[in-house]
Amino acid sequence: MGRKILSLLLVAMLAISLFAGCAKAPEKEEPKAPEQEEPKATEEEKQEEPKKEATEDFKVGFVTDTGGIDDRSFNQGTWEGIVKYAEEKGWTEGTEYQYIQSNEEADYIPNLSAFGDDNYNLVIAAGFLFEKAMKEVPPQYPNTNFAIIDAIVEQPNVASVTFAEEQGSFLVGVAAAKTTKTKKVGFVGGMDFPLIRHFHAGFAAGVHSVDPSIEIVDQYAGAFDNPGTGQQIASTMYEQGVDVIYHAAGGTGNGVINEAKNRVSNGENVWVIGVDKNQYADGIYDKENNKSVVLTSMMKRVDVAAYNIIEAAQKGEFPGGKVTALTLADDGVGIPKENPNLSDDIIKTINEYKEKIVKGEITVPNNMEDLKAFEENLK
Amino acid sequence: MLKFITDEKNQRFIVPLVSVFLGFIAGAIIMMITGINPIEGYRALIKGVVGNPRRFGEWIVASTPLILSGLAIAFGLRTGVFNIGVEGQLIAGSFAAAAVGILIELPRFIHLPMVMLAAAIAGALWGLIPGFLKAKFKVHEVVVGIMLNYTALHLVNYAIKILPGSTNTKTVDIFESANLSSKFLSSITKHSRLHWGFIIAFLGALIFWYIIERTTFGYELRSVGFNPHASEYAGMKVERNIVYSMMISGAFAGLAGAMISVGTFNYARVIGGFEGYGLDGIAVALLGNNGGLGILISGFLFGALKAGSSAMALAKVPKEIAEIIMAFIVLFAAMNYGIKRLILYLRKEEK
Repeated sequence: MGRKILSLLLVAMLAISLFAGCAKAPEKEEPKAPEQEEPKATEEEKQEEPKKEATEDFKVGFVTDTGGIDDRSFNQGTWEGIVKYAEEKGWTEGTEYQYIQSNEEADYIPNLSAFGDDNYNLVIAAGFLFEKAMKEVPPQYPNTNFAIIDAIVEQPNVASVTFAEEQGSFLVGVAAAKTTKTKKVGFVGGMDFPLIRHFHAGFAAGVHSVDPSIEIVDQYAGAFDNPGTGQQIASTMYEQGVDVIYHAAGGTGNGVINEAKNRVSNGENVWVIGVDKNQYADGIYDKENNKSVVLTSMMKRVDVAAYNIIEAAQKGEFPGGKVTALTLADDGVGIPKENPNLSDDIIKTINEYKEKIVKGEITVPNNMEDLKAFEENLK
Repeated sequence: MLKFITDEKNQRFIVPLVSVFLGFIAGAIIMMITGINPIEGYRALIKGVVGNPRRFGEWIVASTPLILSGLAIAFGLRTGVFNIGVEGQLIAGSFAAAAVGILIELPRFIHLPMVMLAAAIAGALWGLIPGFLKAKFKVHEVVVGIMLNYTALHLVNYAIKILPGSTNTKTVDIFESANLSSKFLSSITKHSRLHWGFIIAFLGALIFWYIIERTTFGYELRSVGFNPHASEYAGMKVERNIVYSMMISGAFAGLAGAMISVGTFNYARVIGGFEGYGLDGIAVALLGNNGGLGILISGFLFGALKAGSSAMALAKVPKEIAEIIMAFIVLFAAMNYGIKRLILYLRKEEK
C-alpha cells in the first residue's frame, strides 16, 4: 500500500517536471529571433495588426483590491468613472470593460496578468497597495497600458495619477473648525502610511488655521475594510467630547458614519466628514427630510481620473511613464457642490482658503513634520 | 464498474470524488439560475488554470499553502485535536521565515533550510501553547487556538514594523538566498510566481503519511486521539502526545506561512485581518479524507478554484461562483455518511 502511494507521488512529480520541460522549449527559441534581421518586415506587419484591432475594440480592465467595486470609496469611484465612459461609448460589461475583484493581496499580480494575457488595452488599478504589483507585471505586457492611482510607478507603459489630498483635507478641516462646538475634532485614518498622513496633516492644518486652540484627536484603525473597528473608534471619540470626525478610512469609515447616525438618532449633535466620494447619502438618518450626519466630504475625483485616462488611452495619447498630479486647482480634490449641512458663512470662508491655496499663498503640509512647521508659523 | 464503486475498500476515495462531482453539479445549477452558461463557466475555470504556462504556475502557487495548511489540520484531526489555531501558527511561521530571511545573510543551501526550519519552529511553538494548556489544564484547544490567532495577527503586525527598513505596511524584500523563488521556474511558466515551495508541499505530504502510517510514534499519537484513557492504560504518555500533536500540526502550518511570505511575496506584510488560509485548510483536510495523498489532490483542486476565479471573472462569471462551488464540495464531503449510504443503496439494488 505504502509503495503504491509513493509511486503515485513520484508519477505526479514526474508529470509536473514533464510539463515544465515541455513549456521550456519555446522560451529557448525566442531569444534567437531578434538576431535574425531578415524577418523584421514580417514582424512589423505582425505588430501593425494588433494595433488596428486596438482602435476597433478597445478593452479596459479594472483590478480592485479586497474592498471590491462597492466599497463606497476609491474602488467604487474608479469603477464609476470607467462605467461612465463605457456608457457614453455604448460599451457592454464583459466585452469592452470588466473588473476582477482581488480576494487577497496574493491575487494582485495574477489578476493584473489575467488582463494582460487577454490583450486588454488598458488596465487600471486603484490604491497604492498595487505599487509593487504594478512594477512587476507591466514589463511583461508591453502591448498593454497600465494606470495606477495613488502611487508613482516608473515604467514606460504605466501612467501614475496622484492627488493633493492635503489640499482638500485642509478645506474640510476649515469646515470642521467652524462647526465644532466642543472645540474637539477627530481624525480616523485607515492604515498608518504616508498617503493617509496627507489627509491627516492637511486636515490638522485646516483646523488650526481657523482656531489653533482646537484639540485634534487622531487614531488609525489598521484596516480599510473593518467597519466594526471604525464604529468602536468613533464611539470612543464621541464619548471624549469630539463632535466632528473626519475619516480617511475607506470601508472602515462606514462604521464611523453608522456610529454618528446612531448618536444623532438619540438626540446628540455630532458630525462626520466623508472621504473620497460625496458621502452625504451614506449618512442619511432621516429619509423624509433628507437629513444626513455627513457635514461635507473631501472628494477625490478618482472617477474623473479614470475617465480621463481611458479617454487619453483611446485617443492614443496615453501618458505612459508620466505622473499626473491632480490638485485643488484642477478640481481633482475638493468639497461637493452642494453642502446642505454647511452655512453660507462657512462656505464663504472655505472658498477664501481655497483661493489662497490655489494661488499658492498657503502651502498645505502633507506630512507630520511639515505640519509642525506650519503650526509654528501660525503662532 | 458498479462493483468497483460500491466496494467498501474503495469508499475512501469514491466518496470524495462523488462530493466533488456533486459540488460541480450544484455550481452548474447555480450558474444556470443566474443566467450563465455553466459550460462556458467551467471552460473559463479550466482555461484559468491550465490555459497558459503562467496560469499553470499561479495554480501551483495558490495550491502550495493550501496543501500545507490542510496537512496541519489533518494531522490534528488524525491525532484527536482540532487545531483551529492553524491560522495563527501560519502567521507566526510566515513572519519567522521572513525575519530570518531579512536579518541574516548566508549561502543559499544553508539559509533556505534555516528559513524553513524557523517557520516550522515558530508554528510549532505557537501550537505548543494550546497543546500544553489542553494537556495540563484541560483547556479546550479550540478556545485557546482562536484567541491565539488574534494574538498572532496583531503581534506579527507589530513585529513587522520593528524589523529594519520596514514601512508601515511591509518589510523590505528578503535576501535572495532565503527566498524560494527561482528564475528558472518563473521563466518556464512565463513569469508566473512559481517557486520551489511545491516540493516542500510534496515532501510535507510524504512526511505526514510516514509519521502517521509508518511509525510507532504516529501510531501512539493516533491511539491517544482515538481513546486517551485506553492509551494511558496501555502505558502511553497521553499528555506528552497531545503536545506533540499540536506542535507537529503547528509546524506544518508554519511551513504554509513560509510559502506565502518567502514564496509568493518575498516580504512579510501587515495584514488587516485573517486571510483564511487556516479555514481553507479545514476544507482541504476534510475533502482529502485526512490522508497525505488525498490532501495533495484536494489542495490542488481548491487551489484551482482559487486561481481560476480571475479567469472566470473575465468570462463574466462572478468570482463568488468559485466560492460557492468550494462551499458545496465541502458540504458534500461533510455529508460523507449520507453519500456512503447512497452508494450502499446502489449495491443493494445490484443484488
